[in-house]
Amino acid sequence: MTAPAVTAAAEGTAQGEEVPAGPTFGARALQALLDGIQFGVIIAICAVGLSLIFGTIHLINFAHGELVTIGATFAFFLNVSPSGPGWHLVPATLAAVVFGALLGAAIDRGLWRPLRARGTGLINMFIVTIGLSLFLRHIVLVLYGTRPGSYAQYDIQEAIDLGPAGITPRDLTVTLLSVATLLGVALLLQKTRIGTAIRAVSADRDLAEASGIDVKRVVLVVWMLGGALAALGGVFFGLVEIVSWDMGFKLLLLMFAGVILGGLGSAYGAMVGSLVIGIVAQMSTLWFPVDLQYAWALLALIIVLLVRPQGILGRRERVG
Amino acid sequence: MDFQVILSDAIRAGIGPIAAIFALSAMGLNLHFGYTGLLNFGQVGFMLVGGYGLAITVATWGGSMWLGVLVGLASAVVLALLLGLPTLRLRADYLAITTIAAGETLRLFYRSSWAEPTTGGVFGLQRFANDFYDLNPVPRGTYGFWMVKFSARDLWVMIVAWALVIVVGLLLALLIRSPWGRVIRSIRDDETAVRSLGKNVYAYKMTSLVLGGVIGAVAGMLQAIHVQSVNPDSFDPGVTFFLYTLLVLGGAGRILGPVVGSVLFWFMLTFLDSALREAIDSGVISSDVISTSEIGAVRFALVGLALILLVAFRPQGILGSRKEMLLSGR
Repeated sequence: MTAPAVTAAAEGTAQGEEVPAGPTFGARALQALLDGIQFGVIIAICAVGLSLIFGTIHLINFAHGELVTIGATFAFFLNVSPSGPGWHLVPATLAAVVFGALLGAAIDRGLWRPLRARGTGLINMFIVTIGLSLFLRHIVLVLYGTRPGSYAQYDIQEAIDLGPAGITPRDLTVTLLSVATLLGVALLLQKTRIGTAIRAVSADRDLAEASGIDVKRVVLVVWMLGGALAALGGVFFGLVEIVSWDMGFKLLLLMFAGVILGGLGSAYGAMVGSLVIGIVAQMSTLWFPVDLQYAWALLALIIVLLVRPQGILGRRERVG
Repeated sequence: MDFQVILSDAIRAGIGPIAAIFALSAMGLNLHFGYTGLLNFGQVGFMLVGGYGLAITVATWGGSMWLGVLVGLASAVVLALLLGLPTLRLRADYLAITTIAAGETLRLFYRSSWAEPTTGGVFGLQRFANDFYDLNPVPRGTYGFWMVKFSARDLWVMIVAWALVIVVGLLLALLIRSPWGRVIRSIRDDETAVRSLGKNVYAYKMTSLVLGGVIGAVAGMLQAIHVQSVNPDSFDPGVTFFLYTLLVLGGAGRILGPVVGSVLFWFMLTFLDSALREAIDSGVISSDVISTSEIGAVRFALVGLALILLVAFRPQGILGSRKEMLLSGR
């Protein structure tokens, strides 16, 4: 993203040094908005699964960030790693998405279903997700290493000039693909049978079960969908920023912020909330240091909870 | 494989200053989570304001250590009030996310270039604990038994830290058995019932949050003193995760739970670390499988696995009673 360069120019002018005149405030604001939208839709892709999982089984999944990291690093392995097959990024991404879905299914089948069968309480499950997060993150660290990396394709590009602001073809493509994915998820939820079932389970699990919906299957599908979307979001984030072993954990709090901002459990809320978080993070760099941009996003979360705990699109009854 | 080295490393970690500091911080968390049912995932934030309160007062403003301790304690109270205000009316899972976000926000603010003149930014602050070490009554030299040796400085930190663990433990035991403690535990078990008895649940939760947070801040100060520096990155969210692990291991809702948990946690963590290192050095495990640089990651992965297995098979931990630890959470 171009935010650091923009701020560096701003500081230059603020100190009154003899530098070439930086872009005007309007241009910088437009650029930050553009970056914010791009960042926001990527967070949204990662966060929708988090919100759907919460909606169906009321579990806050602390390990969701690791699904993002695993997606990104799996694609990295297929695409760049010397021991990998060296695929082009597009098939590598598709493979990572499938892998993410399988991993989601494996976690539901292998971990949550037995725990639910044992009657483990929600708070205990919540602590289990922390264990899972620690476990997966450090497995990735062993397999991937500490060095951040970039994908082999689309690494360095010239920005397309959009009047006062600019965007690289790569970033534009990622943004458009993200928006298309989000629209696809919305269509899936509204128009398909499984989407209707997911919404029914989210609204009232017992009623859904009583009316003949196979809740176990719905939960499995939600985990697969969440895993696949998280993996896709991870590749996108790795593409526009960087691939690293703790990228998902860094994104996790922003995902939470987006999900809660929009209303915990609502998929559309997660999309809206994440967009807001992305824009807040990028726009804050117009006035504040870049190293604080995530802090403002998290602060926005706390303030929203103070004013409207159910979130933008949330329902009152979800707040205890 | 030198088992003496492995064992002495592990014992040293199990009774050392870090174990005492984590036990202390986890005691505060136990008051929140084990007794009140609050899912505070930002305990590290209290440690941070405590440690930085002391360090900033001494290193940046040139105040005395005792003033620094007061500033650290006051910051913890302020943080608890600020944190409690929006979150204590929310359900447990909301509280968890808000507190972890608050802890991380604090860390980002303290490490930012904007705060660097006061907090030292990413470099942190050093040399603020001399007053503490000047009080050290232990003569120079190393002390210990068998292969477990501590320097006079470490011993001094250990004496103070374990003494604080005992004092805080006694205070908490008295508090928990008091009428206040009964209300707190009832809130954990059934908040609505307590409210219907006319108790101000919000105020009780707030007191618990403040008290546990202050204990966390004391632990943070001790940590800062022990390593003679504060650095924002030593207060990352992972610290709270470790605190939960050792709390669940020892048994939440038991006074001695965090103490037993911390000793065992650091004993096992170091045992694993040392054993893996010895095994690789002596060629028992080929360095192709795990290299020395990966040991840290492997042991953290095992911590995660241990947390999963503990909650699945023994959620009450070593000391807890299953009946009391239903962990409904609010």
